[in-house]
Amino acid sequence: MLPALLTMVGLATAAGIAAVLAARRPERDHNRLVDEIDALLPQTQCGRCTFAGCRPYATALANGEADINQCPPGGHATAAALASLLGREPRPVDPRFGSVPTQPMVAWIDEGACIGCVKCIQACPVDAIVGASKFMHTVIAAQCTGCELCIPPCPVDCIVMRPAPI
Amino acid sequence: MRQVLYALVPTVALHVVFFGPGLLIQIVLGVATALGCEAAALRLRGKPLPPFLLDGSAIITAVLLALCLPPLAPWWLVVSGVAFAILLAKHLFGGLGANPFNPAMVGYAVLLVSFPARLLQWLPPNVAGIEPANLSLLETLATILTGSPPARLTWDAITSPTPLDALRTDLALGLTMGEAHARVLFSTFGGKGWDWINLATLAGGGWLLALRIIRWHIPVAMLGALFVCASVMSAADPGAYAGPLFHLTSGASLLGAFFIATDPVSAATSNRGRLIYGAGIGVLTYVIRTWGGYPDGVAFAVLIMNLAVPLIDRYTIPRIYGHAR
Amino acid sequence: MATSGVRGGLRLNAHKERSTEHSLRPASPVESLVLPLDQHAGAPAVPRVKPGDRILRGQPIAEPGGEISAWLHSPASGTVAAIEPRPAPHRMGAPALSIVVANDRRDERYESASPPPFEQLSPQQLRETIGRGGIVGLGGAVFPTAAKLSSAAGASGLRLLLNGAECEPYISCDDVLMRERARDVVFGARVLLHALAAQTCVIAIEDDTPRAAESLGAAVAEARDERIQLRLVASIYPAGGERQLITTIFGVEVPHGGLPGDVSTACLNVGTAAAVAQWIRDAQPLTGRIVTVTGDGVREQRNLDVPLGTPMAALIYDCGGYTGRMSRLIMGGSMMGQALPHDDMPVIKATNCIIAASALDLQPRGPEMPCIRCGNCSAACPAVLLPQQLHWYALARDLAALETYGLVDCIECGCCDYVCPSQIPLAERFRDMKPALLERLTARANADAARTRFDARTARLERIESERDAALARKRQELAKKS
Repeated sequence: MLPALLTMVGLATAAGIAAVLAARRPERDHNRLVDEIDALLPQTQCGRCTFAGCRPYATALANGEADINQCPPGGHATAAALASLLGREPRPVDPRFGSVPTQPMVAWIDEGACIGCVKCIQACPVDAIVGASKFMHTVIAAQCTGCELCIPPCPVDCIVMRPAPI
Repeated sequence: MRQVLYALVPTVALHVVFFGPGLLIQIVLGVATALGCEAAALRLRGKPLPPFLLDGSAIITAVLLALCLPPLAPWWLVVSGVAFAILLAKHLFGGLGANPFNPAMVGYAVLLVSFPARLLQWLPPNVAGIEPANLSLLETLATILTGSPPARLTWDAITSPTPLDALRTDLALGLTMGEAHARVLFSTFGGKGWDWINLATLAGGGWLLALRIIRWHIPVAMLGALFVCASVMSAADPGAYAGPLFHLTSGASLLGAFFIATDPVSAATSNRGRLIYGAGIGVLTYVIRTWGGYPDGVAFAVLIMNLAVPLIDRYTIPRIYGHAR
Repeated sequence: MATSGVRGGLRLNAHKERSTEHSLRPASPVESLVLPLDQHAGAPAVPRVKPGDRILRGQPIAEPGGEISAWLHSPASGTVAAIEPRPAPHRMGAPALSIVVANDRRDERYESASPPPFEQLSPQQLRETIGRGGIVGLGGAVFPTAAKLSSAAGASGLRLLLNGAECEPYISCDDVLMRERARDVVFGARVLLHALAAQTCVIAIEDDTPRAAESLGAAVAEARDERIQLRLVASIYPAGGERQLITTIFGVEVPHGGLPGDVSTACLNVGTAAAVAQWIRDAQPLTGRIVTVTGDGVREQRNLDVPLGTPMAALIYDCGGYTGRMSRLIMGGSMMGQALPHDDMPVIKATNCIIAASALDLQPRGPEMPCIRCGNCSAACPAVLLPQQLHWYALARDLAALETYGLVDCIECGCCDYVCPSQIPLAERFRDMKPALLERLTARANADAARTRFDARTARLERIESERDAALARKRQELAKKS
């Protein structure tokens, strides 16, 4: 009786310890974790997540200071991937941070209305607008991430979002 | 899948020769239950009856399970085992192609755990030197359907342990291997009667290999691992551990190697994975037979390795053309 | 003698004897030729003519429309009847902008200057000259040959591989080409060797085409060029797949995501080499090709030398018409060919074979059953994939898993499809999932580029600010010193 009891308790304890150890994520180099999170983000650099770019958001996620559902350009797929990476509850994107785009959009400058003020060029986080003071500005569609940060600064409202060319 | 059934014919035939017509009745009951349960499950799941009903998978499950049960087992044993296998182990998980466990082995394991005594009531083989109580076909049918032996006999008079079971009991009683093997049940390398049945199974397995319906990796790995374990242990202490030939030819070793473990749905998927899977079954079979609580370990070994299959598959993805190692 | 580097693969019944009994003959002329402008890989060609213009055979009528594009030449003399959308076989019958030529049957040739001997041109000049002949890969990929040669040239130890391993059943156009025009193939090999500045050429051919091997062997011997040799490969499908053939002949694997140039090899079809020969030696640009017309649904199965733009219906008529047993018209072979909705489609540069298939040629597909993980597919896959896993993840549309299991490396050969006991249309499923997966990979590449630009901009702004702070600090110091 006693040997059987001891065996059962011993096996159960060993199994419990093994389960706890296995469930703990391995200690990651913090920088590497931030890199891994950043690799999942769409790099739109739009700031809708309330952080100043994708890497600051990744850092905040690694520090536990942000939630995984704050990135509308990434969509629900990115939220799910982040949840899986960080071991958190998967949730859809929170609409308070913005709506998930249904198709990729890029900015387009109406060249007839542009006054050459360079305010949009200064605002673009990925240098996708070419131009200079008093010269024509234009958006390089292939490099535009759709962040929409160029739209508010334009004094003549000549920038609109259009579906990305295929 | 029809070829698998054809390959089982020699095994079934010799089984009937040595142990009477009970197996045929079990098969009939099992197949009827299997088809009935399969039809009901397909209807409930909204799937069309043809082509699923007669694709052969349910029939094979029933035949394999019937082969694992004693020939005179009461009818409700095979019926409940097959029902469990088809309804719970197969359709509850998603039907054909989706079951993570081998359905026949699940059914057998449930019966073994629930009715252990019934499953050990085998018959002595019909060979010279042994006088089995030969029941006629009608008496066999009556025994199976009523659950009690014919009036002129008792259970003790009819039944006998399997060689594996006898060996286990004798070793526990303190006999040496040599003394145990001297019993009338044993032949030169296996149990009497069982040795021929196993040869028939080997022939059936070879037939399937020749037709490339199964690949060699699982049978070779399983039998190889079993052989190695048995050789090592019996070399170390021949008095306490049975030799490799005995292990290979007794119980469900060969049936398991060629017909049960090779069920593609619940086995590993790459060739390297299959070698690991088969070897695991062989080792576990030896361990359960020698130190575990049951005379034969094939069923539980297969089920445990079924659990390991997703892990094995994850780590044995072959190198894709053009990729670095 | 015959080597094989194909892992897996299938031994298939070739069905080629019936179409190689007759020798090659030209197709009968037709009234109207339809030439889609996008019948090559890359940018569509841009017309140089307009409706009503008189044109001659061999005249360039469309020029390359981009960096990777090709010239298009008129296969007949006559007039430009129209430039309008017409059903195109490479679009499954959807319309493609095409030049329609009305054939005046006078067969007047466009005179161009006699080309200088190719040895006198530099490799680069020779490549440009090849490009002006409208030459594209005639093995089926129709990639502009000049662009392919330019991207491969410069690799050290570059070797030329001519692919005569026509492994797909029913197609026999290369077999007949090698039997009857072996000299063209060998001359083309010499031209390509010069264009690539390469020193070795291997012509690979399957071991079940002895007459072609004999003819080609004789031509190679006659040329007395020790750079060129003939090698036999085992006739296992898909031995003629570019990657599989390179592994068989040279024993190296083309890296994932890479090109044959990465292993110092340029692989071209023997038909392409023959087309190069005709252009460089005879000033005859690519205006036609050999097409196999086969299948139980056509009366006479044979190979024809067909001008581009000939309607497929005319080819069938030329071969005695339909037998009445045809159930499907396929462009290509029996493993990778595509079924066409009707026969009013033109022969294009990619048309190597037309199968008028009857029930004898095509096995009907049974109902699709669930995958039982038998592993027949993974045993047959030449790319060493696990189609049973890819199928599982394709059903779930799990793009991340499809990427891990290598869907991008699938060569769509159809071996897995062929051996599946559950009749699952695997190759079709994988073909359907590839665009979604490529979109995901492209999105990731774009995101990486955006990250790089963002980091560069952030660094630039920080540097500007720190330079400004440093300049201001210096100014404060100078002012402090002065006072």
